[in-house]
Formats: sequence, C-alpha cells, structure tokens
Amino acid sequence: MVTMTALEEELSRIAGAVPDPELPVLTLEELGVMRGVHVTGPGRVEVTLTPTYTGCPAIEAMSSDIEHALHEHGVPDVSVVTVLAPAWSTDDISEEGRRKLAEFGIAPPRPQGPAGGPVPLTLAIRCPHCGSTDTELLSRFSSTACKALRRCTACREPFDHFKEL
Amino acid sequence: MSTPDTRETAGPGVETSAITAAALALGDDALVLSHRLGEWAGSAPVLEEEVALANIALDLLGQARILLSLVGDEDELAYLREERSFRNAQLVEQPNGDFAHTIARQLYFSTYQHLLYGQLAAGDGPFAGLAAKAVKEVAYHQDHAEHWTLRLGDGTPESHDRMQRACDTLWRYTGELFQPVDGLDLDHTAMESAWLDSVTAVLTKATLTVPTGPRTGAWAAGAGRQGLHTESFGRMLAEMQHLHRSHPGATW
Repeated sequence: MVTMTALEEELSRIAGAVPDPELPVLTLEELGVMRGVHVTGPGRVEVTLTPTYTGCPAIEAMSSDIEHALHEHGVPDVSVVTVLAPAWSTDDISEEGRRKLAEFGIAPPRPQGPAGGPVPLTLAIRCPHCGSTDTELLSRFSSTACKALRRCTACREPFDHFKEL
Repeated sequence: MSTPDTRETAGPGVETSAITAAALALGDDALVLSHRLGEWAGSAPVLEEEVALANIALDLLGQARILLSLVGDEDELAYLREERSFRNAQLVEQPNGDFAHTIARQLYFSTYQHLLYGQLAAGDGPFAGLAAKAVKEVAYHQDHAEHWTLRLGDGTPESHDRMQRACDTLWRYTGELFQPVDGLDLDHTAMESAWLDSVTAVLTKATLTVPTGPRTGAWAAGAGRQGLHTESFGRMLAEMQHLHRSHPGATW
C-alpha cells in the first residue's frame, strides 16, 4: 500500500464523495471504483478510476464530475485515468453502499468471496420493499448492465437487483 | 459505398504487428456483434429482451472500444474502414434473422468468447486485464443465450423448429472461431473441444439435434479474419457508417 500524503487524503475524500451519475445515492468511494489519487506536481493531480462494466457509459460522466469537484477545490490540473486491472467486482461496494442501495429500492449484490475460494452459498435475494426472500428473476438484464430485474412473489413489486460481478 | 478499396492492410494508419492484428480481430468481433444486437432496439419480441440485448451490445461495445484503441483511432477504425479491412469472424456479421437466429448466434459466440477470455485472463499478455474483466460480463451473456436456447428448443413445436433451423444455419460459421489468430497465444484445440462439449450439452438438454454439417474445410464458411465477408455485411456497414461519412467530424 502506497502511503498517501495528507493532501492526497484530502483530495481523495473530495473525489470519492462525488455521487455516481446513475445511482446518485452512492458515492464513487462507496461504489469502490476509486483506485487512487496522486499529486504529481504543484497543482497537478492524477486520479485513477476503474469502470464497473467494460462498456459502462457512466465512466465519462464520473471523470468530468471528479475533474469539476477538484477544480472547485482549487486544483487547476486534474487528469483522470481509467484502469482495467484488477477488475472491479461487486465485492468492492462498501457495507454503507449496500445499505444505501437497499434503502433506495435496489437489492444489493450478494458477497462472492475471493476468486478460487470455496463454492459460495446461493443466498436468497431479498425484496427491498417488503423484505421477503421469496423473489423471482424476470430478466438477467435491467435498466443498466449492472442490474437484473426481479419480482417479489410476496408483495408483487418488481425491483432491480445489483447483480454479482 | 462506391469507393473501391484497394488497401491490403487493416486501415488508415494501422500498424500490422501481431498484437494489433489480434486486437483488430477481437475488437471487430465485438464491434460488429454489438451493432447487430443494437438492430433489435425497437423491435425485440418483449421489452425485457430489448433491454437485455442492448445491455449485451453495450458490454461488447466497451470491449471493442478498448481493443480498437490499441490499434488506432477508434472512430476512424469503426467508421472509415471498408468491408475488406474488417477482421471479424463471419459468424458475428450474420443477420439477426428471427429471434431464434439471434439466440443461436449468441450461444455459439458467447460460449467461444467466454473460453477465449478465460484463457487470455489466465495469461500475462497484453489482453489479460481486459479479458479478466470481460470474462465476468460474458458469463451473463452465455447464461442468457443458454436459457433462451432451452426455452425455445424445449418449447412449442414452432419454437423448436425455428431454433433447430437457426442452429443448423449458423453451424458452418463456427469453425472459423478456432483458427489461430496472429498475436494470440492460445490452445485452440482445447478451446474447440470445450466449446463442442458445452454447446452439445445445451442443445441436447434443449431437445435439439447437434448439427452434423461441416464446420471447417471446403464446405464450411469462414475467412472473415482474412477480410472476406458475407453479402449482408456490406449493407450493415453502410448503415453503421452512414452518419459519420455524411457528416465528417460531427459531435454531439
């Protein structure tokens, strides 16, 4: 782990507090897509970001929102670099992020554990509206690539599930 | 498009090293299939499928952008190359046909792509990072195609017949997927036998007959990797490139 300077920690908090453009209840920090903030010179900052999905169109909005937030904070020269490896996983979403997703009406992803570990248990996906675990899959793909569409068989409400990746 | 294309290389300003050749082959597969799936927007059988196919197309477009950016300018490569400069396998350019044809194409391609990215992710080559990410996305594409194959194959007599016809029609394009590509250090034999096992298991479970026609050799199709494409591809490109060619440099 590279140690951050106090300035980098401060800038990292500001960049990480930027809301996700498609799921504004989550910050980029909670989504787990922030990979690093480095001061590369006086007034010059490089932010590394990883996309959730390879084709996620939100990455461009995230980059410009981060640039904007850091400009506001007085950093004139901000560059946002996207990296692919190591690949983002839904396990990178923080506990607080999961709680906020459920509160927003989106069933959070189930934990997957480390790759190559023991076969994970298939936990039931809970309805974010009534809490029932009696839910069914309607479609593997929903309003965005990262979500699946499900329906609760208890309260009959359809809901999005942030699917495991 | 009336301009004759006399270029032998992959396109304007393109280096033809082994790595860029491989990036072009894989990137063109993703780009062309993405466009074909996008053609369903507004006319898929149900809303959920419209959304699903568009999401799969978006994943593929993301892969294409990363791969083509390794070769040159992504927009120039997508919008300004002539048909003979595209290196995609012929399978992905096949017309959507009915929904069964689209699903058969998805089954054949996603099964291949999942094995391909799995191998690339396990190595340390230039595509390992992208492959490790994309293999997880493609697992959902494959799952989607397998479920629909089961539903259509083991559905009504009409859906069964259509699914069988689609699997038979596209079978001849599958051999090309396992021809070696310059710049990709892969075990093609292992990939092909794993592909056959997987597709055979799904088709059998779906009460479909595994096609028996040739997949390689004189009677099989394939040469897309060499720039030879089937008739419908030119029309697809004309539509895909029309706006960019009519309004060069236009932006949102």
